[in-house]
Amino acid sequence: MNGQLTFHFDVDGSDFTSAGQASVQVKKDLRQLGLSPEIIRRVSIAMYEGEINMVIHAGGGTADVVVTEEEIEIILTDHGPGIRDIAQAMQEGFSTAPDNIRSLGFGAGMGLPNMKRYTDHMDIQSEVGVGTVVTMRVSIPK
Amino acid sequence: MKIGTIQELLHAELLCCEEELNREVFSACGSDMMSDVLAYVKDQAVLLTGLVNPQVIRTAEMMDMKCIVFVRSKRPNSEMIALARDSGIVLLATEMRLYEACGILYSNGLVGNKVAT
Ligand SMILES: Nc1ncnc2c1ncn2[C@@H]1O[C@H](COP(=O)(O)OP(=O)(O)OP(=O)(O)O)[C@@H](O)[C@H]1O
Ligand SMILES: [Mg+2]
Repeated sequence: MNGQLTFHFDVDGSDFTSAGQASVQVKKDLRQLGLSPEIIRRVSIAMYEGEINMVIHAGGGTADVVVTEEEIEIILTDHGPGIRDIAQAMQEGFSTAPDNIRSLGFGAGMGLPNMKRYTDHMDIQSEVGVGTVVTMRVSIPK
Repeated sequence: MKIGTIQELLHAELLCCEEELNREVFSACGSDMMSDVLAYVKDQAVLLTGLVNPQVIRTAEMMDMKCIVFVRSKRPNSEMIALARDSGIVLLATEMRLYEACGILYSNGLVGNKVAT
C-alpha cells in the first residue's frame, strides 16, 4: 500500500435501520486491503459503536477513515447535543438512551468504554449544544 | 459442531447461506442486547437472539460471527436476509425460546466462551 487511503461517509441520523452501514462498508474495504482479521475486527467494532452513537444520540453525522501503513484513523463528527461530562459518559453502564433504544438492543452504556478498549488511542472533543468529535486510532503492527 | 447440526437440534428453518451448513463452529452466545454482544463476546461464532432488526446482522458481521439463530419464531425481513447473505452469515429460525435453544446446544457440546479442543 502506498501513501494513504481515505473513506468518507454521511451517517443518516433519521433512520435507525440503516445505522451501521458505513462500518459494514469499511470492514469490506479493509478486507480488500488484506489487513489482519484481528485489526479489522477491532476497527469494525469501535467504528460501529461510534456510528450507532451518532445515530442514537446525535441525529447522525459524518465518518472519515484514513488508512496509512502505520495505522487506521477513524474520525466521527456530529452536530448533536454534545456530551456534558465525558468522564461520566466513559463509565461502563452510564447511558442516557431512552427505553425505545433499549428495545432495539442498544443503550447499555457499554459503547464508549468498548471503543476505548478496542483502539490504541481514543479522544473525545465535545461541546454542549455544538457537537462531538470522536477520534480513534488502531496501529498496524509491522 | 457443524452449523447444520445446530439446524437439526433446534428444528430450525434455514433462511439463507445453505452452502455454509458444513462450517464448524465452536462456541455460541445468547442475548437480546447488541450492546452486550459487542462488549462481552469474544470468539463466539453463533448468536442466538429474540431481537429482530438489521443491527443484529450488522453486529454479527462486525464480530465475525458465522450464524444467527432467531428464537421464538421471530422472522427477519427480506432486507435483513439480503444483508446476511451478503456477509455469508447463516440465518436460522426456531420456535424454541432462547433459554431452551441455548440449553440444547450447550448440552450437545457447543460451549459458551471456551473453544473446545
Ligand atoms: N455522539 C454523541 N453525542 C452525544 N452524546 C453521546 C454521544 N456518544 C455518546 N453519548 C453519551 O454518552 C453516553 C454513553 O455512551 P455509550 O456508547 O457508552 O453508551 P450508550 O450508547 O448509551 O449504550 P450502548 O453503547 O451500550 O448501546 C450515551 O448514553 C450518551 O449520553
Ligand atoms: Mg453507544
